[in-house]
Amino acid sequence: MQTANLLIVLLALSTVAYLMAHSRSVALARPLGGIRHLHSLPFFYGMRASIWCALPSIVLLALWLMFDEPVISMVLLDGLPASHQPASAADYNLLLNSIENLASGALSKEGADPVLLAAAEKLNSLRNTGQLLVTAVVLSLGVLGLGWGWVKVSPQLRARQQVERVFKSLLLACACVAILTTLGILLSVLFESLRFFQAIPVTDFLFGTEWSPQMAIRPDQVGSSGSFGAIPLFVGTLLISTIAMIVAVPVGLMSALYLAEYASPRFRNLAKPTLEILAGIPTVVYGFFAALTVAPFMRETGESMGLVVSSESALAAGLVMGVMIIPFISSLADDVINAVPQSMRDGSLGLGATKSETIKQVIFPAALPGIVGGVLLAVSRAIGETMIVVMAAGLAAKMTVNPLETVTTVTVQIVTLLVGDQEFDSPKTLAAFALGLMLFLVTLVLNFIALRVVKKYREQYD
Amino acid sequence: MTESKQSHAAIIQRSLARRYRAEKRFRAYGLMAITFGLLCVAVLFTDIISKGYRAFLQTSIQLEIVYDADVLGISDLNNKQQVALADFQGLVKKSLQARFPDVTGRKEKRDLVSLVSSGAGYDLRDRLLANPQLLGNKETLWLSADDDIDTYYKSMGDKDGAFTGRTSDLRQGWIETLKQGGDIKLGLNKVFFTHGDSREPEQAGIWGAAMGSLFTLAVTITLSFPIGVAAAVYLEEFAPRNRWTDLIEVNINNLAAVPSIIFGLLGLAIFINFFHVPRSVPLVGGLVLTLMTLPTIIISGRAAIKAVPPSIREAAIGVGASPMQVVLHHVLPLAMPGMLTGAIIGMAQALGETAPLLMIGMVAFIVDIPAGFTDPATVLPVQIFLWADSPERAFVEKTSAAIMVLLAFLIMMNTLAVVLRKRLERRW
Repeated sequence: MQTANLLIVLLALSTVAYLMAHSRSVALARPLGGIRHLHSLPFFYGMRASIWCALPSIVLLALWLMFDEPVISMVLLDGLPASHQPASAADYNLLLNSIENLASGALSKEGADPVLLAAAEKLNSLRNTGQLLVTAVVLSLGVLGLGWGWVKVSPQLRARQQVERVFKSLLLACACVAILTTLGILLSVLFESLRFFQAIPVTDFLFGTEWSPQMAIRPDQVGSSGSFGAIPLFVGTLLISTIAMIVAVPVGLMSALYLAEYASPRFRNLAKPTLEILAGIPTVVYGFFAALTVAPFMRETGESMGLVVSSESALAAGLVMGVMIIPFISSLADDVINAVPQSMRDGSLGLGATKSETIKQVIFPAALPGIVGGVLLAVSRAIGETMIVVMAAGLAAKMTVNPLETVTTVTVQIVTLLVGDQEFDSPKTLAAFALGLMLFLVTLVLNFIALRVVKKYREQYD
Repeated sequence: MTESKQSHAAIIQRSLARRYRAEKRFRAYGLMAITFGLLCVAVLFTDIISKGYRAFLQTSIQLEIVYDADVLGISDLNNKQQVALADFQGLVKKSLQARFPDVTGRKEKRDLVSLVSSGAGYDLRDRLLANPQLLGNKETLWLSADDDIDTYYKSMGDKDGAFTGRTSDLRQGWIETLKQGGDIKLGLNKVFFTHGDSREPEQAGIWGAAMGSLFTLAVTITLSFPIGVAAAVYLEEFAPRNRWTDLIEVNINNLAAVPSIIFGLLGLAIFINFFHVPRSVPLVGGLVLTLMTLPTIIISGRAAIKAVPPSIREAAIGVGASPMQVVLHHVLPLAMPGMLTGAIIGMAQALGETAPLLMIGMVAFIVDIPAGFTDPATVLPVQIFLWADSPERAFVEKTSAAIMVLLAFLIMMNTLAVVLRKRLERRW
C-alpha cells in the first residue's frame, strides 16, 4: 500500500481506537455510578488507546521510509556474483543507477547484461515484498495497539498520567529538533570536509594563496591546476564585510541614538518602521539592486574621476550589504540603549551635561557591551550573506584589498561549486563543504560570543 | 576674587558656545544617518518600480491570420502527429508578408517575421484546437510582439530617445506603419501572470514560480508551526532547569544566526544525498526552510507564552487542572495570536529566502507549472535570481516586476502580522 494511504488508514484506525476505549470506559463507569468513579476522564482513556494504536506503527513506518533504500541496495549487491562487485564508491553508484534504470524501464532491456537484468527484477520484487511486509507489520501493530488500549481500560488505570507523559515526551522531542539540526549541520559538513582533506592537505587549504578549483581531467590539461588555497576567499570576504560594516555601524548606531534620544514620538513612529522595511527586503532584491544599479553607477562615477572601477567591484557589493545591515544594527542598538536606566541619564543631565555629552560619556559606555555584541552578530551576518555577493561580486579569486577591484567570497564559491554540479566525489564539490565548515565555525564562534555578551549585559541592568 | 570669578564665567560662556556647537553637530549627524537610511528605502523602491512597471504591459500586434490548411499541413485536426508537426509560425509569416507585401530580401523577410514573438505559433495552435471550425477561415488577432520590439515600442516616448540597440531602421519603419494603421498597442500583460518560465522574455511569467513558492511554504508551515509551538511550550512550561535545557536554548539562539546557505548544505548532504529525496522539488525546499525558520518561530512563541500572566496558570491549577490541561486549555489559546504573528513573520522570511534553495537544485529552468509537492519547481526569489542573470534587456523589467510581486506578498504578510497583533493580542 502507498505510504499516504497507509497513513490515512492508521489515522482512521486510531480514531476507532479512541471511540472504542472512550465508550468502554463510560460503559465500565455506569454500574459504578458515573464517570466520576473513573481514575481519569473518558477522553484520556480514548487518547491512550489511540496513542497505543498510532505511535508504534508510525515510528516503524518512519524508520522504514528512512532506511528502505540502503537496506534494499545492500541485499541486492550481496546477491551479485563476485565479477560484478563494485570496486569503488563511484562504481557502486553507477551500478545501482543502471540497475535502477533497468528496473523502472527507463533503460531498454534489450542487450543488457543478464546479471544486471536479473538484479533489476530482484530489485522490483524486493521493493514489492518490502512494501507488502511493511504494510502488514504496520497494520497489525496498529490493530494490536488498539486491542491493548481497549483491553486495559479499567476504572483504576492511570490513563491521564500516561497520556500526559507521552505528550510531554513529544514536546521534548520537538525541542530537540534544534539540537538535531545543529548536529546534522556539523556532521554533514564535517564528514564531507574530511573527505576533502584526504585529497587536499588542511594546511594547503588554510594557508594556500591560490584558488582555482578546476581539476584537471587529463593529466596534461592546461590551466586546471586544481589549487585550493582559501586565503584569497577569506581576504575577499573580509574586505566586503569591512566595507559593509563601515557603512552600517555608524549609520545604524547614529540612527538608533537619534531615534532613542532626540526624535519626537511622532517622528520615531514614522521613521522606525520605514527603516525596518530594509530588514524585510529579500537579499535577492538587494543583489539585483547592487548588480544593476549601484555597480554601473560606481563605474561611471569612477570613470568620470579617472579611476578604473571593476563592474563587479567589492565596493558596490559591500555598500549594498551595509544598507541591508543598517536596520539590524539600529534595532539591536535601540534595545540596549533603551535598557540603560533612566536614572543614569537624569544624573548626567542634572550635572549640567548637554544631551550629546550624556550620550557620548554616559549612555554609550554603558551600552557598549551590548552594542559590541550587536555588531558581532552583524559581522557574522555579513560574512554569511550570499545572494548580494553572488549577484554583485565576482568569481575571480584575487588577493587584493583594493575595494575597486573584483574579489570573491566564501559564499560565492560555495554556490558556484555546488550549483549544477551533481558529482559528489571530486574535490571540487567537496571543497564547498570545507568552505561551509569554515563559515559555520566562524559564525558559530561570533554568534556564541555575541549572544553571551548581550545576555550578560542584559542581566546587569535587569 | 571678582576678577577670577569673571574669568571663570567667561571661560564657561566660551566653552558653552563650543559645547552647544558640538551638541548641534551631534544632532545633525544623527539626522543625517536617519536621512541616509530613509533615502536608501526611497531609492530602492523608486529604482525597482521605475525599472519594472512596464513589464505589466505588453506590446501586441494586430494581424489577420488565415488558418490555411496547406500552410499548416493539417488535413485532420484529430491527428496528433499532424498537429505536432504543423507550421503555425508559418501562418504568422504569411500574414506579415501580406501586411508588408513590398518586403523581398531573405534577410528582410526574416527580420519581418521576428516582429512577432516566436511563441505566437503555440497560441495559434491552442486557438485552433479549441475552435476547430477556424481551419480554412481567417481571423483578426492581437499577437504578442517580440521582446526587442516590445522594449523599443515601450521606450518610444522616453525623454532621451527610444532604445534602438536591437531594432534596425527597417523594423522601426514597419512599427511606424503599424502604429499609423492602429495595429500595434500596449495592453495588460496577462502572460506574465499566467505562464511559467521561458527563454523568450515575452513568453515568460511568474505563475510557475508562484505555485512553487506556495507548495514550498505549505510544507514549511505544516511542519514548522506545530514543531515550533511544541518546542516553545516545552521550554517555557515543562523544561527543568538543567544542562540539557541550556544546551537546547543555546542551540536555538545559535541556529537563528547561522547563515542560511549552511542550511542549504545540510539539505544537500542529508535530505538529498542520504535520504535520496529528489532534487528541485518543493518537498525538500520546504524541509530546509522548516529547519531555517524553526528558531524564529520558537523564539517568538516563547515570548508569547511568557506574556500570559502566571495568575491564569495558578487559577487553573487551583481548580484542579493537570499541567497539560493548563497548557492546552488556557495558556495556548491565550498565546496563539502572538504565536501566529511569529509564524507569519517566519513565513515571510522563508518566502524571501534564496541561497539554501540554490544548494538543493531549485534553480533549474522549469517551464511547466508545478502541480504537487514532488514536481520539479522553482520559487519566486530564485526566479528573480535566474532572470537577473539573463542577458536579454527585456528580462530586466521582468525581474523588477517579479520583485514587485514578491515585495507585495511580503508587505501583505507583514501587514497581516501587525493587524493580527493589534486585533488579538491582549495587554494584561
